[in-house]
Amino acid sequence: MPRVRLPIGPQHPALKEPENFMITLDGEQVVDVDIRIGYTHRGIEKLMESRTYIQNLYLVERICGICSYAHVVNFSQNVEEVLGLTIPPRASYLRTLVLELERLHSHFLWLGVAGHEIGFDTLFMYTWEDREVVQDLLEDISGNRVNYAYNTIGGVRRDLGEEQKKRVLDGMDYLEKRATFYKEVAVNEKTILSRAEGVGILKPEVGKRLAAVGPTIRASGVAVDIRKEDPYASYGDVSFDVITTDSCDVLGRVVVRVLEIFECIKIIRQLMEKLPAGDLVVKAPRKVPEGEAMSHTEAPRGEDFHYLHANGTDKPDRYKVRTPTMANLPAVVEMLKGTFLADVPIIVAAIDPCMGCMDRVLLLKDEEKPGERISWDQLRVYANTWYANRGWLG
Amino acid sequence: MNSLLAVVYLLVFPGFLFLFVASLFGQYLDRKLYARIQRRVGPPLLQPFADFVKLLAKEDVVPDYADRVMFTAAPIFALTAVFAAFLYLPVVASVGLHSFQGDLIVVLYLLMIPTLAMFLGGWYSGNVFGVRGGMRVASLLFSYEIPFFVALLSPAVLAGSWRLSTIAGYESGHPLAIIVSLLGFVIGIIALQGKLERLPFDIPEAETEIVAGPLVEYSGRRYALFRLARDAELFVGAGLLAVVFLGGPYPILVSQPGVLAWVNGFVMFLLKTFFVIFLLILMKSAVARIRTDQMVSLAYKWLIPLALVQITLAVVLHSLGGLL
Repeated sequence: MPRVRLPIGPQHPALKEPENFMITLDGEQVVDVDIRIGYTHRGIEKLMESRTYIQNLYLVERICGICSYAHVVNFSQNVEEVLGLTIPPRASYLRTLVLELERLHSHFLWLGVAGHEIGFDTLFMYTWEDREVVQDLLEDISGNRVNYAYNTIGGVRRDLGEEQKKRVLDGMDYLEKRATFYKEVAVNEKTILSRAEGVGILKPEVGKRLAAVGPTIRASGVAVDIRKEDPYASYGDVSFDVITTDSCDVLGRVVVRVLEIFECIKIIRQLMEKLPAGDLVVKAPRKVPEGEAMSHTEAPRGEDFHYLHANGTDKPDRYKVRTPTMANLPAVVEMLKGTFLADVPIIVAAIDPCMGCMDRVLLLKDEEKPGERISWDQLRVYANTWYANRGWLG
Repeated sequence: MNSLLAVVYLLVFPGFLFLFVASLFGQYLDRKLYARIQRRVGPPLLQPFADFVKLLAKEDVVPDYADRVMFTAAPIFALTAVFAAFLYLPVVASVGLHSFQGDLIVVLYLLMIPTLAMFLGGWYSGNVFGVRGGMRVASLLFSYEIPFFVALLSPAVLAGSWRLSTIAGYESGHPLAIIVSLLGFVIGIIALQGKLERLPFDIPEAETEIVAGPLVEYSGRRYALFRLARDAELFVGAGLLAVVFLGGPYPILVSQPGVLAWVNGFVMFLLKTFFVIFLLILMKSAVARIRTDQMVSLAYKWLIPLALVQITLAVVLHSLGGLL
């Protein structure tokens, strides 16, 4: 059978965001994959250099629509480190609470997306309905469903009342019941097993070599979790387990995420129990002295890495973001080789890709005429002569 | 007068117009129940009709790379074949409109044509997703056609007739036949789900893999016809199972032949058909899509051997002198 080159993306129903996977097929089998990224480059890093730290809080939040809070916490931690601020314990606990709620809604969302990718739309509808419970809690706590605007440099912006605390705990009871049901479904439903078991294998040594992060590498039996290894916020005060499986396949990634839902609930219950009284915020100066800081958090998808270089003004000199999807993409190429076309969507979805958050750079590539690019100055000269030749410039 | 009546039979009831309405209602039921099972609201009653009318009015594009004749012919053939198949089902009375000895085979044959039309439509659409989807249609054809045929022949063997109305009548007289061919009914349901390319067998149009497969380039009128053909196939396929395995329009409780008996038979047929559709919806909402290789192995490892067991049982029982 002749080899077929099948483009998945930049526009494709399996991808919620534009990226291009050029797949070489031999019959139904994937022989080679070529990934092109950069379609959703938004220039956020550059934009941050022209905004103050307070303005940047809300820009950083918009890097991702799902794990928005992990980015804000990273940014705040960076700025606080350069300023030498220590945030009040209550603020630290509340940050941890919102981080864990975010992980909950992200994992519920992912479970639904994974179901949809293998055609199990009923699972998709069920999990997204349950996700609403978390969204309502987040709205209750922060005032917003997606970009919470909950943080400020030096603490958090809103307090948590006794009534809200009760609502959070009630929500956890409900979600625990639902998660138990999904655990049953995920490991017992025959059609899910047949699509997820033994699919998209990522061996631990390969995963480590390609520096995969988050649930993707944890499903290969490597216990990497920033919350445990380098505790930030209040993760040092709570006890929880790092979930791993050693099945190395898509089913393992499903199981890891479902079991992590239980760990989230466990953490949130401890936080609610131990929540200390006190201030919400310490005052932070507008200008940040010269210095640099690095912060990483365990976003729902894996390690989220931020770097700040401050130059003594009220705007950052350089800011760098590396999202978990970027770290996991090289592993996807390995997972895809030798599988069936039908498995491509679920394998790509299994790393919980967030392409929009990932793109930090845009490479112009003209395959016809390599190397021929036009600079801004050249373009201006070209435009002026073009108009001058027509006598339109007077 | 008789020829006028024949035209009414053909065009209005139980012919084209009725099948059109019933197919759209089948689609409504499919979408609504599927939505309710998923805790969604679902479409209003007239939504399928509105969709159909709107599609008719939409721009109809034939891609440059497509073969214009085949691209147009495919949906028309699909629709015609399904509508023709419907005329042989005993819908209202004990005998179908054009019933004859051997009409079961004709219906099975006609119900295969939409699948071939899907393959050809995808193949000639000139789109890489369409071609891939068309190839999947063709490669899956034998996975479900063989068990479907074998399973449906078993009640025919029991009844000793290839005529749909006779099979239904036999089951009405021998209710035990329904129990005996229960295995065949289950195989028939699974194979019909594959025939209709519904979950878990919607491999040819797997939205998240190959967009919509053979239908990807279809738009406007041609797409509306293809969709109508699919809806009609759902109704006719379910009706066929209802007739062959559940006794179709029987039991007729009204002793006098006449309008009342007609209504009685008609209601029975509808109830049974929608029961079959209901089973198909339940199956669709509880599973994920399987892969091509998994479907082929399911068919050859389970469905076909079980269908052969069923037909062997039927042959043995028939040769022993039939059921009581």
